[in-house]
Amino acid sequence: MSIHRIALAVLVIISITSFTAATPGPGTIQGKVTYTGTPAKPKPIDMSKEPSCAKMHTTPATTANAVTGPGNSLENVVVYISAGATDNPAAGGTVSFDQKGCEYQPHVAALQVGQELKITNSDQTSHNINAMAKANAPWNKSQPPGAPPFSEKFDKAEFIPIKCNVHPWMHAYFAVLSTSHFAVSGPEGDYKLPNLAPGKYTVTAWHESFGTQTQEITIGAGETKAVNFVFQAKPY
Amino acid sequence: MGKIFALVVVAVAIATAYFVVAHVYWMPEDISVHGHLIDEQITETTAGAGILFLLGQFVLAAFVFLYGDSKGTRKLKSWPGGAKPLIWASIVLIGIEVLTLSFIGSKAWGAVYFSPVDPNSLHVDVQAEQFAFYFRYAGPDGQFGGIHPELINEGSQNYFGLDPANDVAARDDIVVGTLTIPVNKPILLTLHSKDVGHSFFVRELRIQQDFVPGITIPIHFIATKTGKYEIVCTQLCGLGHYNMKAYLEVVTQDGFDQFLKAQSAQ
Amino acid sequence: MEQAPAQALRHHPAPPQNFIRKYIFSIDHKVIGKQYLGLALLSAFVGMVLSWAMRIHLGWPDASIPLLGRLSPNGAPGGVMTPEYYLSLMTMHGTIMAFFVLTAAPLSGFGNYFLPIQVGAEDMAFPRINMSSFWITFIGFILAALTFVIPDGPPISGWTAYPPLSAVGPDAGPGQGWGQNLWGLSIACFTVASLLGSLNFLATTLDMRTKGMTLSRLPISVWGWFITAALGLLAFAVLLPCALLLILDRLAGTSFYIPGGLVLADRVQPHNGGSPLLFQHLFWFFGHPEVYLIILPAFGIIGHVLPTFIRKPLLGGWKVLTACMMLIALLSLVVWGHHMFVSGMSPYSAMLFSVPTMFITIPSIIAMLIWIFSLYGADIRFSTPALFALGFLSLFISGGIGGFFLAQPSTDSYLHATYFVVGHFHFTMGISAVFAIFAGFYYWFPKMTGRMMDETLGKIHFWASFIGMYGIFMPMHFLGFAGHVRRYSALVDDYLVPLLGTQRFISIAALVVGAVQMLFFFNFIWSYFKGKKAAENPWEATTLEWETTSPPPIDNFGGRRLTVYHGPMEYNVAGSRGDYVMQASPEPAAARAGD
Repeated sequence: MSIHRIALAVLVIISITSFTAATPGPGTIQGKVTYTGTPAKPKPIDMSKEPSCAKMHTTPATTANAVTGPGNSLENVVVYISAGATDNPAAGGTVSFDQKGCEYQPHVAALQVGQELKITNSDQTSHNINAMAKANAPWNKSQPPGAPPFSEKFDKAEFIPIKCNVHPWMHAYFAVLSTSHFAVSGPEGDYKLPNLAPGKYTVTAWHESFGTQTQEITIGAGETKAVNFVFQAKPY
Repeated sequence: MGKIFALVVVAVAIATAYFVVAHVYWMPEDISVHGHLIDEQITETTAGAGILFLLGQFVLAAFVFLYGDSKGTRKLKSWPGGAKPLIWASIVLIGIEVLTLSFIGSKAWGAVYFSPVDPNSLHVDVQAEQFAFYFRYAGPDGQFGGIHPELINEGSQNYFGLDPANDVAARDDIVVGTLTIPVNKPILLTLHSKDVGHSFFVRELRIQQDFVPGITIPIHFIATKTGKYEIVCTQLCGLGHYNMKAYLEVVTQDGFDQFLKAQSAQ
Repeated sequence: MEQAPAQALRHHPAPPQNFIRKYIFSIDHKVIGKQYLGLALLSAFVGMVLSWAMRIHLGWPDASIPLLGRLSPNGAPGGVMTPEYYLSLMTMHGTIMAFFVLTAAPLSGFGNYFLPIQVGAEDMAFPRINMSSFWITFIGFILAALTFVIPDGPPISGWTAYPPLSAVGPDAGPGQGWGQNLWGLSIACFTVASLLGSLNFLATTLDMRTKGMTLSRLPISVWGWFITAALGLLAFAVLLPCALLLILDRLAGTSFYIPGGLVLADRVQPHNGGSPLLFQHLFWFFGHPEVYLIILPAFGIIGHVLPTFIRKPLLGGWKVLTACMMLIALLSLVVWGHHMFVSGMSPYSAMLFSVPTMFITIPSIIAMLIWIFSLYGADIRFSTPALFALGFLSLFISGGIGGFFLAQPSTDSYLHATYFVVGHFHFTMGISAVFAIFAGFYYWFPKMTGRMMDETLGKIHFWASFIGMYGIFMPMHFLGFAGHVRRYSALVDDYLVPLLGTQRFISIAALVVGAVQMLFFFNFIWSYFKGKKAAENPWEATTLEWETTSPPPIDNFGGRRLTVYHGPMEYNVAGSRGDYVMQASPEPAAARAGD
């Protein structure tokens, strides 16, 4: 082929590659949440007043207000971007929340403002979910066994304590966030916030018993940076 | 029509009496020291009231049967003596019956409320709340910690609002959801409520006592038989009232010591 | 007061011309009486429907009731009733039945209609106050009905509304929002209306009797209404502050009934120094006389209806039965603590309350014996009103017997708050009083409407109700002996599960009896328009209401002024039927055999 065509092709190829190279790749913030000090020992929950649930636990369920894992890891910590990202509208899809064995699953349900939360009762007993919200409108709904699942939405960001009016040991939280960048730390204490454009972010970690911490971090294009949180545990 | 009425009334009366006398539905066995007095009172009341019930229904039935519409052919008459004998019979017979029942019954009532508390009683602190009962033992130090309503945290099982961080006596308090007690030993329960009115009812113990918010109410008893019994709430306390119960486990002294040891170890 | 007072009101106001003044805002005691009866029938229907929903849920807790799901998606998601909805239905069932049916129908309904006529007056002493009584009651009913349409629903604390559950507000759980406030206001309206009504009843009986109508010639029904009105003044006067203090605790931050340190919805409640027992004392000081406010007019109606159909006076005449009713009313004021034996009140008080409670059986039994032994040697005509009156006797014996167990603290300590209590009060208030109301309807329908109710339908109604109601409420006593706790929306406890079969039996009986009541409603409405025309005195009775047209004219007697010569029970027994002397008839009383 002629030199002109080769030069054109090379020009096109260089343009394309430099064009794609100019768009920044998404970055990730991830890390591990741990604690120092002595947390309260998880106590076994006496479910004897509800035999249909008690028999579902070969070993008794334990309290969930400070769930720890190997290496002093802390579970159920909500980690989210509190500043630096634009608040996108709610993701589609529903977040599921179940009552099973007279326990809430998950213990902390994180969802975005406006996102649908679908609540199911998988037990043979009636439960009554009391969402003790302050910024949002509080509500209190019974779900007899056999009643269909129901959905709720929240329009303000808030950490809402949940309890079951019928079974006093059942407690949970709805973490309603305005950002779509959030995660809840797993059994090893780890979390991951992907799909972040380069920039400066404030990352907040919230634990129901040990408080809230923030850290700031800047990530570049396609970077993965570690942000770890260490909470001070209290025995009581 | 009158004859049918009479037959229906007699049938209903006999059926009712049968169900009661044959104990088709009846109280469960009594496992308390004082309970037999209450059971005897119920039996005596059943007999006394039962006789009145049957007499009343049978006489009503008899008169309706006998004195139906004669289309004016029968000469009417009145009960001899009129109202006077009825009044006297009521005052004397019913008067004697109610006085007797009241007098005997006062002993049964007194056995529950006026008998002295044994100083060696096992003291268990009972808290009723929407919708469960929780029981607190003093632990090895023999002291109950103070109760601080503002510290109550159900998620961490601190139902009583104890302050173990600052209150030494509270650190070894044992809080459980089942009332475990030794058999044949005097027990003292102190009842208080966290929120609204509730009530403590164990059918087999023949004890029922309301929890009144703002007041701590003592009740005492001795259980005479080991076993597992239900404590149910009998005072409407909200939506979970029907599901508010705990188990009472009456165990041997050994079993009780083991229970305490296991709980203290936690 | 032996001398009958001079006739009051000789100038009856001109009859109203327009529709509103004739049928809606009427000062005519007959219209007001019918308005009360209409309200009572509507309330009875509503109360019954509530009970059907409750009974279906108790027998089949997981069942989906689609209609309920559509009426209240919150209360019955997917048609499955939530526990709090059961309790709110139960609360309104009790409230509507106890107040708007049982206190309204026999007293304000029949009493308003017939007391002035039976004493020979042209109207009540205070016709305008009478009209306002009804309309205030009506507002109370609307407030109660409104609780079903507000978002938080009706209250769940029972008709007894014990604080702190009823007093701390929405923190106590679902159903404790504005529904409880509306409930309190509804009760307050009902109370005010009752107090005004009592004034009318008392003044009319004392001051408006026609010539010759001495107190000793008053029909027993009038004595029933009179004694009830007097008792009502004392009892309702205490309910009013009781309810107002509750509303203040809820809305104004007071702490009459709420002690300090209570934790609900995870917060310490901002109250201090109150006593839940104070409410219980105030409520039951009203609450016990209330049950006698319900039954005493029934005693009056039965005492009035029975002589007509047995063609004999009652033994002891008016004096014994009236003395019994007065003694019952008096004693009812000092027994309220028997609702509180295990409430935490002093156990010594328990013994004090028990003694008069046991003694109240004596006048009740005397009254029962009077009625039963008056049947001896009688000639009983088994028309529908008579059947209901006789049924009342059997039902009240059954109900009263339960009282022996509940009047003693020792036996009550087991039976308190069990189905034994539910059986007992339904027998005495629910079905005995209701049978007296039915007897009143069947008896007085001809006078009020000029037509007879159908006898065949009436008899079917009687038999199915009599047997059916025994089937519903007698087993409740047995459940009580088994220790079955009341006010439970489902049977989950170990010892309750085997009793589910009995609950189902009761539920089926209740639904059948409920269906049969539709016969009564149908009979009532059909007979209103198409019933056989009634004579002036179809039952051959003696009292003044049978001296006038059916229905009576606006001034009750068409300008006539009646003079009374006899007592109300001149039923003679000289061998021939129809040998009776009406109260206003100047002929002397014929000789009676075996007087």
